[in-house]
Formats: sequence, C-alpha cells, structure tokens
Amino acid sequence: MAEVLVVVEHLEGAPKKVTFEMLTAARALGEPSAVVFGAPGTADKLTEKLGEFGAQKVYVAESDDITGYLVAPKAEVLASLVERTQPAAVLLASSSEGKEVAGRLAIKIGSGIITGATEVAADGTATQVIFAGAVIVKSKVRTGTPIITVTPNAVTPVPAPATPQTEAVEVAVSDNAKLARVVDRKVESAGSRPELSEASIVVSGGRGVGSADNFSVIEGLADSLGAAVGASRAATDSGFYPHQFQVGQTGKTVSPQLYMAIGISGAIQHRAGMQTSKTIVAVNKDEEAPIFELADFGVVGDLFKVVPDATEQIKARKG
Amino acid sequence: MNIVVLVKQVPDSGSERALRDSDKTVDRESASLVINEMDEYAIEEALQLRDAQGGEVTILTMGPDRATETIRKALSMGPDRAVHISDEALHGACAPQTSLVLAKALEQLEWDLVISGAESTDGRVSVMPAMLAERLNVPQLTGARKLTVDGAKLTIERQTEDGYEIVEAEGKAIVSVWDTINEPRYPSFKGIMQAKSKPVETKSLADLGISPDEVGLANATSEVLEFSPRPPKGAGVKVTDEGDGAQKLVEFLASQKIV
Ligand SMILES: Cc1cc2nc3c(=O)[nH]c(=O)nc-3n(C[C@H](O)[C@H](O)[C@H](O)COP(=O)(O)OP(=O)(O)OC[C@H]3O[C@@H](n4cnc5c(N)ncnc54)[C@H](O)[C@@H]3O)c2cc1C
Repeated sequence: MAEVLVVVEHLEGAPKKVTFEMLTAARALGEPSAVVFGAPGTADKLTEKLGEFGAQKVYVAESDDITGYLVAPKAEVLASLVERTQPAAVLLASSSEGKEVAGRLAIKIGSGIITGATEVAADGTATQVIFAGAVIVKSKVRTGTPIITVTPNAVTPVPAPATPQTEAVEVAVSDNAKLARVVDRKVESAGSRPELSEASIVVSGGRGVGSADNFSVIEGLADSLGAAVGASRAATDSGFYPHQFQVGQTGKTVSPQLYMAIGISGAIQHRAGMQTSKTIVAVNKDEEAPIFELADFGVVGDLFKVVPDATEQIKARKG
Repeated sequence: MNIVVLVKQVPDSGSERALRDSDKTVDRESASLVINEMDEYAIEEALQLRDAQGGEVTILTMGPDRATETIRKALSMGPDRAVHISDEALHGACAPQTSLVLAKALEQLEWDLVISGAESTDGRVSVMPAMLAERLNVPQLTGARKLTVDGAKLTIERQTEDGYEIVEAEGKAIVSVWDTINEPRYPSFKGIMQAKSKPVETKSLADLGISPDEVGLANATSEVLEFSPRPPKGAGVKVTDEGDGAQKLVEFLASQKIV
C-alpha cells in the first residue's frame, strides 16, 4: 500500500486534534506517514500519540531553519519527501499556514490542490462545503500527487494503534526558502478554555453583548459547558473581545457539536464560519434575526436575562 | 515605491451564490459581482504607502470582460492604472494555473511590492500569494494585520491560528493582508470620475507568452465531479422568553445529551 504523507499540526510539540483527524482520513487512502516539522526535540513529544492514530512512520524534519523561516522550508522538505516516497496523497490542515505550504508544494511538484476538505474518500475524492455552507462539492485532483488540506473538526478521529518507525529527514533549506524570516512568535492563548477550532462546544457573543465587561456573561455560559468562546466581527471590531476569537469568513471556521450564537444577528459572513456546526442555538431579542433561520433551537429574548439564568441551571444540573 | 495590487471580481458573498450545472464553475452571469472585499484592504494599504513614499499603484486583475466594472471600482479608490488579463481560454482555471498567469503578468510589470487580500470570498483557497512567491522567488509576507516599510526592509505582523508572528524580509516581496490591517476609504465623487479615464491595459494569454493548452477548465489540475445544495436544516424550534426561556433552553440541551 502506498504511503500517505500527513503533515502534523502542533503547537510547540502538543498535537492538535486535526492531526488525528487527518491520520484517520489518510487511512482510507493508504498507509499514513506523519511528517513532523519543528525545532529539534519536537517529534519525541509526538510520536507515541501519532502511533495511536495509525501512523506507520514518522518523518522527523527538525531544524531551526524550519521554524526560522516562513512556509517555504516546509514546502521544500515536503517536495523532496514526495519525490522519494511517491505517496498516494499529501494531507495538511486547512489552516492559513497549512494551505500556504500546500500551495507552494503544488507549484514545486506540479500537482493539483484541494483546500478545505471535510471528507476524503478512498479514491481521493474530496468533499468541500462552499459558499457559506450552501453547496457541497466533490472534487478530485487530476494532475500529479493529490495535495489536500483538511478542515479541522470535520472528520471523527478514530484510534488505530501502531508502533511507528521514525526516520530523520535531512533538512537542507536552500537560500531561496530563507527569504522571509520569522523573528518572533507570540502565542495568544485561550487560557484554560479549549481551542476554538477544536472545541466540541462554542459559545459566541455578538454586538448584542454590548461591552467587553459584559462578555463575562458569555464566558460564564461557556465555562459551565466546558466550551470555547467565540465572537462576531462586530464584537471584535468594537473591542469587546480579542480578534483571534472571531468566527466567520475572515475569522475562524468552526464546526462543533454545539454552536451557541448569543446577541449575533447571523450575517452571511458570520454564518460562513459556523454553518456546518451540528446543532445551533441562538439567543436574540429580535425575532426576525436571520440567525433563527439556521437555529435548531432559538430563544427570542434578552440575553442578559436568559444566559445567566441558563448558566445557573446548567451548573445546578452538573452538580 | 511601485506597488501592484491583485484584485479579483467575485460573486457578492452577501447574496445567493451558485455553481453552474453546465460546467460546474462559479455562476458569474446570474450573480451580482463585486470586488473581493479583502482586496479593498490591500488597495488601501498600497495607497497609504504610495502617498507616503511616492510611486504608482497598479491594479492587476485576471477575469472575464465583465471584470472591467470591478477594475473601475478599484481605480475609483485612487490607484493609478490597471492591467486586465482577459482570455476566453482562462475560463475555469485552477489555482496553480491562475498563479502562472499572474506570475507572467507580474514579470512584465515594474514593481517593488505586490499586495493582495489574504483570501477571496468565493473560493477561500488563500494560496495565491504563496504560489506567486514560489513562482517569482521573492519573499512571502502573508496574512498581515500590520505592515511596516522601512527603506528596503519590510516587516509584518502575521496573524496565525495561535497568535501572531513577526516576519521580515528585504527587497521585492508579496504581501497579503487581512481586514484587520486598516479601514479602506470610500471612493470620492472625484475618484469615481477620474477612474473613468485612468489607463487600463488589456492583455491576452498570447501577450503573456502562455499557450491556451496550459490553462483553462480542460487542463485544470483538479476537477469538480459533482455538487449539490446542502440539505436545508429542518425548521428548528423557536420560543419566546417569558421567564422560562432559560429553562427551555437547558431542556433542549439536555434532550441533545449536552447537559
Ligand atoms: C469582508 C467582510 C468580512 C466579514 N467577516 C466577518 C466574520 O468573519 N465574522 C463575522 O461575525 N462577521 C463578519 N463580517 C461582518 C458581518 O457582515 C456582520 O456585520 C457581523 O457579523 C455582525 O455582527 P453581530 O451579529 O454581532 O452584530 P449585529 O448584526 O449588530 O447584531 C447584533 C444582534 O444582537 C441582538 N441583540 C442586541 N441586544 C441584545 C440583547 N440584549 N439580547 C439579545 N439579543 C440582542 C440584535 O437583535 C442583533 O440581532 C464581515 C463583513 C465583511 C464585509
């Protein structure tokens, strides 16, 4: 069976859930081989976990050149791995960086590329959801090695324990791949809450929340459910909540089990980031708000009454 | 400083969008077509740099004849001129092909900086700036929420999933920007009038030295096999809060086994 290269998504050696989702998807196409990029010492922290989800091999590409320059070194290493291993496909996360690495790799190896796949079939057919969730498309790469980026939270990760072989990959980054230097990296963490794009529950607040202080109402509900907090662009633009929590077309795309939109009208650009959520709940005082069109359950009412009350009741149920 | 801004015409993300049954490409005829929203931020960034440092701003668009409307709209914000690549053979081009065409066009222009939006609202593929940097062998400074130009040195704050990165480079570069970078200006009446007489140069594939069998739907590197509307969600339940809204909400969550 051919190998399938899966580019591991991690934050300083902590694997992201999408990595396991990609390893699961890869198993339909062939034998998953994880590719770890990072500073020296990164792969050690990851290998066991990658094995749990079926990685047969782990290619370790560790070098300060990988972390010190933007995108291009990864594409270069991947291009040589593709040439050597002739994989059935290359899977990457559909993050900004994942897509950019995929894009450069496509040019280097002369392959086609599909981004934002929610599903990958055994024959390489990828499913995408486009136009703010309105249309489902099935596409296939027909030139070269298929390069597919996978949307986080779309595939259900399924363990398939294996003991991966690790193999160090020589990282010889050319000068051409060292043109953009990463001189600093700042993590703005979500604190103790789960990461937005991975969370199984997301509670988002919009302009209706009214102020940064009032966002404690949203955070309270989120914490009672163990959820991540999101925000509409009106909320982030108004400074109610930091920009990295914005959900929507120009923010993050989330696809949780439960999405709660509180004081959010449901503009199409917001929907673009949350429409594929399994269950959608809305609280809005305007009964005509478009968010109700996609809500499985909607409460027409004042969020400042409904949300704190619901938070208390949830806490009480959970004991 | 001479800057080229990449501008794409897209179906309005605020209205109904569709694919065509005939060839599974984006339906542009029935859609209301607009400038890709993110590109307005790219234009604004370019204009601010030009106004501070001198030089020219050129709009570069690949698209059918109808894209002229979008080019005029872009010019009305203040850029100096435009290049429009239009050729029947480009219909249905995939991302790698589009990057080939734009790269060839950029090779024929004089520039210090290329600025584009970080993604388009139709495909949301977000690979074009990276592909161009790869083809043109220039630094990729993508996903910027802030751009600083200090002589030949360029520095960006790059938005990432986990926070941000400071990335720097020298010389000619490709920059892509998010909508957090600035507040685009509205075209003035004068700007709209002036846009009508600004030079727009149209180029064909032949002008770029690209053969028609390298591009277009028939030669695309990926293919849409089928598409369908996403099944509409069954109508949900809507309750009006009369003091019991929270309770009903929690009961719903319980029925979904969430609490
Ligand atoms: C290029 C572009 C990209 C964009 N990208 C994004 C994006 O990524 N994400 C995004 O979210 N938006 C995005 N937008 C903006 C989008 O069009 C909307 O403006 C935005 O989503 C509105 O946010 P909102 O729903 O919080 O605010 P509003 O539309 O103002 O809605 C506020 C809602 O709160 C309700 N409300 C007020 N007070 C209360 C109360 N006390 N109790 C209950 N309900 C209350 C109101 O009834 C109203 O429905 C983008 C726009 C453009 C042009």
